[in-house]
Amino acid sequence: MDAAALIQALTERFPDAVRSSHAYRGDATIVVSREALLDLARALKGDAAFQMNFLMDLTAVDFSTFGKKPSSAFFASSGVAVRPSAELPDEHPWPGPPRVPNAAAALGAPPGPARFVVVYHFFSLPLKHRLRVEVPLEENDAEVDSVTSLWAGADWLEREVWDMFGIRFRGHANLKRILTYEQFVGHPLRKDYPVNKRQPLIGPDGHASDHS
Amino acid sequence: MPRTIPDNSVPAAAAASDALETRDMLLNVGPAHPAMHGIIRIVARLDGEQIVDADVDIGYLHRGFEKMSETVDYNGVIPYTDRLNYVSPLINNVGYCMAVEKLLGISVPERCHYIRVIVSEISRLTDHLTCVGASAMELGAFTVFLYMIKAREYLWELVESVTGARLTVSYCRVGGVKADLPEGFAEQCAKAFEETRRVLAESDALLTRNRIFVDRMSGTGKISAEDAVSYGITGPFLRASGVPYDVRKDCPYASYDRLEFDVPVGTRGDNFDRYLVRMEEMQQSMRIVEQALRDMPPGPFQASPQTGRSLPASEMVDQGKVGNIPAIRDACAVTDPTLDGSAKPLHVSIATAEKRVFLPPKEDTYGNIEGLMQHFKLVMYGHGARPPKGEVYFAVEGANGELGFYVVSDGGNTPYRVRVRPPCFAIMSALPKLVVGDMMADLTPTFGSINMIGGELDR
Repeated sequence: MDAAALIQALTERFPDAVRSSHAYRGDATIVVSREALLDLARALKGDAAFQMNFLMDLTAVDFSTFGKKPSSAFFASSGVAVRPSAELPDEHPWPGPPRVPNAAAALGAPPGPARFVVVYHFFSLPLKHRLRVEVPLEENDAEVDSVTSLWAGADWLEREVWDMFGIRFRGHANLKRILTYEQFVGHPLRKDYPVNKRQPLIGPDGHASDHS
Repeated sequence: MPRTIPDNSVPAAAAASDALETRDMLLNVGPAHPAMHGIIRIVARLDGEQIVDADVDIGYLHRGFEKMSETVDYNGVIPYTDRLNYVSPLINNVGYCMAVEKLLGISVPERCHYIRVIVSEISRLTDHLTCVGASAMELGAFTVFLYMIKAREYLWELVESVTGARLTVSYCRVGGVKADLPEGFAEQCAKAFEETRRVLAESDALLTRNRIFVDRMSGTGKISAEDAVSYGITGPFLRASGVPYDVRKDCPYASYDRLEFDVPVGTRGDNFDRYLVRMEEMQQSMRIVEQALRDMPPGPFQASPQTGRSLPASEMVDQGKVGNIPAIRDACAVTDPTLDGSAKPLHVSIATAEKRVFLPPKEDTYGNIEGLMQHFKLVMYGHGARPPKGEVYFAVEGANGELGFYVVSDGGNTPYRVRVRPPCFAIMSALPKLVVGDMMADLTPTFGSINMIGGELDR
């Protein structure tokens, strides 16, 4: 199934769950609400039309500074402003980061930008198609259902997303840090975590080691 | 790190009956252990010599690859990708560059595709040689290790002749590769493969019917096809369980769809099948490289088409100074060998024509003002290629399985987010499943067959 056909089949099957979709650069992508995620994932795995037996990747993106980065196009030392190179044009532009309906949406306001987006990459070996599912989350309620009951590989991937972004997975049996250590403060892949921040290396006894 | 120690007290029932007292033992393997291929800690709970539970602790080599990628421009990420799977860095280079090219919507010339295939397959060979050699050594077959490292050395010499480095290659560029294959590469390659084939035949004779080796490998570290798929395991590890998934066949990229090769598949999903799959994949990789060298479009030649001789760079500069651009535009300069990509009129056949992405040939940078400006617009701070806003996922077949890059752009000159899907992360998460029920001594061949690479696992 190609990207457009896959998106159409999913939209027909889950008219309420699929909020938006695109096939930028041929990658079939759907945006779903977190309430619908688990049912959708179960159908993606079990349904004969999709047969997504692989959860290839599970990650997240922090969209809080998307498009807000100050342009770095200047000579850093002299302060002389220089126009940066033009952005490469695009015939079929990307629709932009997924948005999440907020409290104001009930009053007819457009949905606001989502701080976090949890990104799932599925692959179907029998049907040879890929699908990206995005679940937008708000900053103060960053929690989504765990898919560990469907794919065993989600265990570590969800732990990594918790470690790096501080997104919780409801129903995960062992949601603890994986790449950093228990005493680590903050979530390093959040955009508000400074790239050069240092933290003391905590030893097994719970104390910071002397040479850190 | 505080860790809850399981209750090891004697079960009441056992104490009540007159049985011998037994209790489980916690065995801490690692973080630094000679049979561990990286820094990793396995806390195994043993009943006698049998593993009843295992807890895997990773992250000792976490260097923040994904965070660092957000601070440099698109080409600046490439040296970081070298350090993911440092046994086959060229495949990481190819995967990342092809992901960014997909984001940019550009294509590269056919010869560049073939070069990428060739260097990827040579890397796969070195990776499999390291994996099989090291696991054989851990089971006592030290000779095989030395033989395989010898063969790997021949292949690394090939890599060095192409990229100028052995491990930290940084060979690919967004939109192409750094330089064309060196002269005489095909002959050098044939020679290296002859040696490699000899080593593989010797190793095969030493291992495949060796009673000690087979007893240690066969039936240990078993995983079924369903479990392997559920864990997201890919690559030779998955194929040994009987699932014929190979990114090169199922989602072909570069020029794999035009090359003929077989995907070896195991049946039992144990360590021995994984060994056999890797041995056969090395033969297939050599087959791919030989076809690619035969089929690839010819590269440029050194001499200038007008005069039949090459042009010294100083002469080219003099011509440029007097404005004689038409005379030197298509000529090939002989530049200093220390210059990046020197003496190679390379760009037409190995890099994209999109000038906003790829650095011009050094002959242009030093020979005319357009080339100089193009160069500076790409390398100066705050400039560089600026892909359109968007997100892409692109996967290549790494030595350990599907190596995917997910790149998000906000239209700036640095990636907004780079995520790598490391193949051995999925396999490592299945390690408890693999070893529980086996003997403690089986942990070594099982862990060896995973081919854990710390740089890729922890990023």
